[in-house]
Amino acid sequence: MDNITTAIKLIPLEHYVFLCFALFSIGVFGILFRRNTIVMLMCIELMLNSVNLLFTAFSAYRSDAAGQVFVFFIMVVAAVEVAVGLSILVMMKRNVNSVDVNLLNKLKN
Amino acid sequence: MIFLFYLLSGVALLSALMVVFSRSPINSVIHLIICFLAIAGHYILLNAQFLAVVHIIVYTGAIMVLFLFVIMLLNLNKENEPHKKLYTKLAAIISGGMLLLVLTGAVKSVALIPFNEKFDSQIGLVGNFGKILFNEFMLPFEASSVLFLSAIIGAMILGKKEKITNNE
Repeated sequence: MDNITTAIKLIPLEHYVFLCFALFSIGVFGILFRRNTIVMLMCIELMLNSVNLLFTAFSAYRSDAAGQVFVFFIMVVAAVEVAVGLSILVMMKRNVNSVDVNLLNKLKN
Repeated sequence: MIFLFYLLSGVALLSALMVVFSRSPINSVIHLIICFLAIAGHYILLNAQFLAVVHIIVYTGAIMVLFLFVIMLLNLNKENEPHKKLYTKLAAIISGGMLLLVLTGAVKSVALIPFNEKFDSQIGLVGNFGKILFNEFMLPFEASSVLFLSAIIGAMILGKKEKITNNE
């Protein structure tokens, strides 16, 4: 019990916050940088995971389990999002034979 | 302990960068799996054991396999992605860096919450987690089942082959 407390205390919370911000920024950067829809979906997963890690870090430092339950629900939403996103991608590949996100502008007019 | 934290952080950040810069989507998926395993290691460091196991099973076991399955089904591994223009790439780099700068600057100027001295080492374990999930969070839990159902129906409708109708 004491060991776990000291072990978690050893790493300041700021380090987790900075790590999560770096991961989130990499995700945003990837979305802006790539045009492949499947890589953009992966970057969305990366951003969701950085938020999950931040939730867990705050939950561990506050000793509040509600944060970890939230992470559980975020995982549910991420799984749903991937299933729908990938089926949209399959449909896009079938219709325009490409996964370039710039071709998804048919709703514009 | 500190060494483990920095090692896992380094692996996570490097593989996250490799996800963005890999040429082929398969390499991106492999690097994302490495990144997720490092994040699962962070969960174990934070004593969130249930989340670590669920993270490995759901993310690296289900979601990433779904990604790989779609990539191989559609034969997307060809590296024929058209290049963006240079100024677009530059704008992406600058805006990503600015976002990181603003976020870290915002955190630097606030005092984060102190460590809770009444530490409870049981909060990440399955028993305690289940008690909270099925008492306080019962309604969101049931609502997420409806979300899953709608996602299943949506994915099936989207994946169905469209009939070509020439009514006009």
